[in-house]
Parts: sequence; structure tokens; C-alpha cells
Amino acid sequence: MCSSVRSRAVVSVSRRAKYGLRAIALTYVFVLVVIPMGVITTRTLRQGLGAFWDAISSPQAVSAFRLTATVTVWAVVLNTIFGVGVAILLTRYRFPGKRLMSALIDIPIAISPIVVGLALVLVYGPYNGWFGKSLHSAGFEVIYAVPGMVLATVFVSLPLVLREVAPVLEEEGLDQEQAARVLGASAWQRFRRITIPTIKWALSYGIVLSIARSIGEFGAIKVVSGDISGTGQTQTATLLVDERIEQLEPGAYQVSMVLIAVAVLAIILVSLIRPKEHS
Amino acid sequence: MTTATPTATVTAAAAPRRGGSGATPTLPFGAGSAVGLGASVVWLSLLVLVPLAAVVSTGTSQGWAGFWHDVTSPASLAALRLTVSASIAVSLINAVMGTLIAWVLVRDNFPGRRFVEVVIDIPFALPTIVAGLILLALYGPTSPVGINLLGTQRGVVFALLFVTLPFVVRTVEPVLIALDTDVEQAAASLGAGPLTTFRRIVLPVLLPAIASGTALAFARAMGEYGSVLLISGGIYRARVSSMYAFQQIENFDYAGAAATATVLLFVALVVMVGLDVLQRSVARRG
Repeated sequence: MCSSVRSRAVVSVSRRAKYGLRAIALTYVFVLVVIPMGVITTRTLRQGLGAFWDAISSPQAVSAFRLTATVTVWAVVLNTIFGVGVAILLTRYRFPGKRLMSALIDIPIAISPIVVGLALVLVYGPYNGWFGKSLHSAGFEVIYAVPGMVLATVFVSLPLVLREVAPVLEEEGLDQEQAARVLGASAWQRFRRITIPTIKWALSYGIVLSIARSIGEFGAIKVVSGDISGTGQTQTATLLVDERIEQLEPGAYQVSMVLIAVAVLAIILVSLIRPKEHS
Repeated sequence: MTTATPTATVTAAAAPRRGGSGATPTLPFGAGSAVGLGASVVWLSLLVLVPLAAVVSTGTSQGWAGFWHDVTSPASLAALRLTVSASIAVSLINAVMGTLIAWVLVRDNFPGRRFVEVVIDIPFALPTIVAGLILLALYGPTSPVGINLLGTQRGVVFALLFVTLPFVVRTVEPVLIALDTDVEQAAASLGAGPLTTFRRIVLPVLLPAIASGTALAFARAMGEYGSVLLISGGIYRARVSSMYAFQQIENFDYAGAAATATVLLFVALVVMVGLDVLQRSVARRG
């Protein structure tokens, strides 16, 4: 079907115009993305595999990667639970404030990461935060510690799982669900036997997106972490890249290459998962 | 059928939603769903609502005059002016180039088309600081092609173009795929040139999608931090509002940072409300 659409469309546009448009589109994408990515890859490779290994296996880098992994796992787990739960609520139930709730969840897409970081510091900061002061005196640190970094990461990737899962649930409707109810299935049985198989692929897709987004978060993390380096306590991989560039130390390219590899892997994974949704 | 797109989630916010909540059957509220709703509301409040309220409350804590004084200081105004003008420029370029790229990806067929499909999503999946580093490697002081954008406003625009690349492409693509070519053929057979056909037939259908994608790109550009950080070089004339706010935070000027953040937040809210209105009007029409 696609090929026939294409061949018919060719009729309406002259060959010259088509090649012209194609050239403009490709030039734009190459100048903006492909060539810069090629340059950084060759530069990293030119410094040698030894330099690559040294840079990504230094204690500071290892601890940064480990912290990124910790924050990512927490953020993705929290967003998965929240995303699936709210997707079920929004598609299967009616309650006052539903539209407001749906709108609130989309807002993080449009907000600056610096604003996100600041907002969390103002509420959970240990010295003058609204809740942070009492949490601090109770011995619980949020900002300048891992919990704050998890909160920031959850905030920026809030709608990713939900917006994948909700349309699938809506499309599926309630027939199976109601039939199972009549036959006496418990809520947990219905969730495990009906909901999970229905949203399986959309959920995997949302999770991969959340992982990519969480690993890459920078601005919000920079504000809430305090970027404490050296001891490596609150320095994630993206913060390490920033520090290496600012201090003109080597290693930024190598750590970046790892992050690029993860990002590209995520895109490829997603392109493999997506078509299964339709089969 | 449709191509895989990590940006689909982001652009899903811009897609028209089907049906109203009243049309679909719903389940009765049980104890479990009530607890779930309660927990979600608490979580959303603690994570999003209260923190954003804290920004506005702190930003306006010195009253309207104090807020106005902070926001209209020369440094704040310079950053804001650059942020708004760069975001508008980036949005306009995206509206044109995004539509063009989407058209080429859907209607044209050439070797390597799938490669370009993947490349379009890279800016979305890449950490912003890494995006900045990548651009600096080619268009910085050590540029192999002799182009140095470090510390220039053009550099800021360039970085913003990089991170906003997928938005319009991914909102326009599905609409273009769903568009029937019969009408275009009819127009062509009646003697309309390709430009007339595009302007009178294709463009009106694509317009809501282009507007949604452009609005998302604008919102993203207004708030962007990581990717512009490196290429701006921290130089005054190339400093955007999010960088200015970060500097205020570093100086422990939380009231000032919150004032800047309130402005950014307001713009983000206006864009999201505008998108919602657009979606609803499109959904109502068809």
C-alpha cells in the first residue's frame, strides 16, 4: 500500500522538485546531526581504545555511572507504577478533576529543567524548603542527595509511560474486563491476565523511553544534586561530562560516547518494539 | 505501518484525543481504585503541584514591584530577549523544515530513508549536555571546517535547532501518512500546479499538526539548558534565561531565580493550554 501511495504521489510533483526537496531535507539533517556525531565519534576513536577504557573505568567515572544507574532504576520504577496506575484511572473511571489531572501530567514536557530543579529545592531544600526543613531535622536528606535526584528525574519523565499505555487501554475498551468481573475474577487477576497482556508492548516502549530520558537528565539534576564531585557522591554521568569539559580535562568524549551508545541503542530497541503493537 | 518514534510520546500530547470521557463506559469505583486515585493525587501534589506553587510564591514574595524589578533588570531582560527571539526563530525554522522533512520521509522513497528516520529521533534520546558537546566538536574553536559558533547567539539558535528537530517532523508525519492522495490527484488533474495543490489541499490539513509541533518546539526552546550551555560559553550576550536562572541559584538568590522561573513557567503553561484548546477544536471538527 505504501509503495503505491508513493508512486502515485510522484505524479503530482515533478522529478526536479522532488530531488530538490530531498536534497534540502538531507542537507539539514546531516549538517545538524549526522556530521557532528561523526566528528565526535572519530575524535574519540582517534584518542585510542586505551584512552577510552581508562576514561570510562576511572573510579570517578565508575561511581558516576553507578549513580546514574541507581537514579534511573528508581525513577523508572516509580514512573512505571504511577504511569500504569494513572492510565487505568484515566481510561476506565470517571471522577471529578480528571481533565485537570491529565493536563498536569503533561506539563513537565514544557517546563525548563532548571525550573524543575529550583521548584524541588524550594520545597525540599534542607535550609529553607517548605517541607525540607522538617525533613532535614528529622534526619532525612532529599536535596543534595539521591532522593532529590530521583524526584527530579521522575518529574521530567513523568508522562512517558502514561502516554504510551493510556491510548492502548482506551482502544481495548472494557468488554474483557467486564466479562471477567461477571465471571468472578478478582481485581488482581484481571490486572495480571487482561491488563498486562494488553499493554505489554506499549509498556515496554514507555519504559525504554523513560530509561533514555532518565540517563540523559542534566539540568534538573545539576540543580538538586549540588554537583558534589571528588567524593563522587552526587555526580551522575552527565554531570561528569560537564565537569570534564569545564575543567578542560580529558574524558568528556569517552563518557559521552557511552551515553550516545545507550541513546542509539534505546532508539533501535524502540523501533523493534513498536511494530509488534500493531500485529 | 507507522514508523517507530521515541518522540511519539512527546508528540502524543499534541495529537487530537478521541472521544469525550462521557462516551466511553466506565467501571464503578471500588476501594482499590479509590486508594489508587488518592495515592496518585498525593504523589502529583508532592512532586509537581506544590513545587511549582513554591516557585510562583517565592518569585512573587517581594510583591509585584519586587517581581517586576527582578525580571526587568538589564541582565534578566537581555537573557529573556535572547531566549524569546531565539525560540521564535527556531520555531519558524522548525515549522518549515520539519514539514519539509516529514513530506520527504513520507512521500519520497530513497535508499537510507530508514537511517534518516532513526537520525531524527537521536536529538530526543541524547543527553542534552552530550548534544552540546557534539555541536561544539564540529562548530566550536577546534572546528575541522573552520566554523566557530562558541559564545555567539547563532550558536544558541543552532543548539536549539538540534534539540527541537523531532517535534514538527513527528507531529506532521502521521497526518501525512493518513492523508488520502485522491484529492491531490483530483486537484492536479483539474490543472492545479504542485504548489497550488500543496497550498490549497495539503497545507490546510497539516496546519493543526504543524502548529502543535511548532508549539512544543517553542516550549522546549524556551526552557532548554543543557545543549546551549556549552556553545554559549557562558558569555553574557549568549546567555539564555534558564542559564541566568541557574546562575541566580548558584548565588543563592532564590527569589530572583524564582522570578525568572515564574516567567518561564507562565510561558510553558500558556503553550500547554493553547495546545489543549487546539486539540479540542481539531477533535470537534473531525
